[in-house]
Amino acid sequence: MTTPSQTVGPFLSIGLPWPDGPTVVPEGTPGAIRIVGTVYDGAGQPVPDALIETWQADPDGHFDHPDDPSGPLRKDFRAFGRCPTEPDGSYWILTLPPGAIPGQAPHIDVSVFARGLLNRVVTRIYLADDPADPVLASVDPARRHTLIAQPTEDGYRFDIRLQGENETVFFDL
Amino acid sequence: MYLRDAPGTHPPLDSPAYKSTALRHPSQRPVLLPQKLTEITGPLLGEGRLGPNDNDLTAHHAGEPQGQRIIVHGRLLDDNGIPVSNSLVEIWQANAGGRYKHVRDRWPSPVDPYFDGVGRTLTDAEGRYTFTTIKPGAYPWQNHDNAWRPAHIHFSVFGRSFTQRLVTQMYFPDDPLFGQDPIFNSVPDPAARARMISSFDMSRTVANWALAYSFDIVLRGRDATPFEEEVDDE
Ligand SMILES: [Fe+2]
Repeated sequence: MTTPSQTVGPFLSIGLPWPDGPTVVPEGTPGAIRIVGTVYDGAGQPVPDALIETWQADPDGHFDHPDDPSGPLRKDFRAFGRCPTEPDGSYWILTLPPGAIPGQAPHIDVSVFARGLLNRVVTRIYLADDPADPVLASVDPARRHTLIAQPTEDGYRFDIRLQGENETVFFDL
Repeated sequence: MYLRDAPGTHPPLDSPAYKSTALRHPSQRPVLLPQKLTEITGPLLGEGRLGPNDNDLTAHHAGEPQGQRIIVHGRLLDDNGIPVSNSLVEIWQANAGGRYKHVRDRWPSPVDPYFDGVGRTLTDAEGRYTFTTIKPGAYPWQNHDNAWRPAHIHFSVFGRSFTQRLVTQMYFPDDPLFGQDPIFNSVPDPAARARMISSFDMSRTVANWALAYSFDIVLRGRDATPFEEEVDDE
């Protein structure tokens, strides 16, 4: 029988952030994209005590994991990112764009932890809409846009709305 | 493919007794995400994440922290009983007086200059981990009138896949504050709730040195049927 989840509480920033957490690849890596965003609550207020974690394939669609036998991995690519939100609710991740994996459009899996969240919520960042992607296709078309990152000068913006108008689509694993 | 947790294991995100859930729980039903490559893989974080003495929270300063020295140990397993070896375990906690070393913790119990309350370690080949720390104190919070959190240590574990990621809290046996705590009681199944409570472990106490508690963490287990075929089908 499995262990229950509990909230990270208001003081997660003591234990979870790493100095190099947001840099999935080192600063200055050619082709790197900066993903920025803000986490909002149901009143539209920024959430200053959340933590974002990302997990993704490398640009060739490979995972750094024994269950993906597909090929060698890039050097200096951790595949995992972690960033606490600032007082203004913002986070950032510096990474390389994920490659496509068989049958799925490129995407980044995201966990959101926060005070007031008794379990993480899971969402996905897509860098572009793709009607052929089976997960996007399974989502209410009116809500699909919440999974698509918006291009910026040096990367993408992906805001996360925990509740209410334009609530982000969250997934059940 | 990782099996689902039994109903009643995890707290509903909308748990009105814990007031901070009110504006932070999604109001829409989650969409089912089939477990594919991204979900059955996950970060395997190793030694590069550890510093010296990271598993001894009493040894981070020139002096020793106040409070009851304890050893907290246990195993990281999956629901099939298979140990999760060489896997990162992160903890954070309040000091002996229930005060966190955090700018936003202002309750009038002193900060301990010799205690940061942060630890990390890796599980060994059998999935075992050990920390040396101080028994945290209970602390008040603003959720309801005269609200107190039972003493707890926050735990963060990764397992082997994105699907197994878990953050929880470890509690101590027979805490009189359990009854009034909406976070502990947010877990619907009382048997699941009990799995968050550590056991006093006389066998791991150290004479003239430390008391001991054991706490196993159990993550979602893999389905016995091969999942590779399912992935290749796509
Ligand atoms: Fe806490």
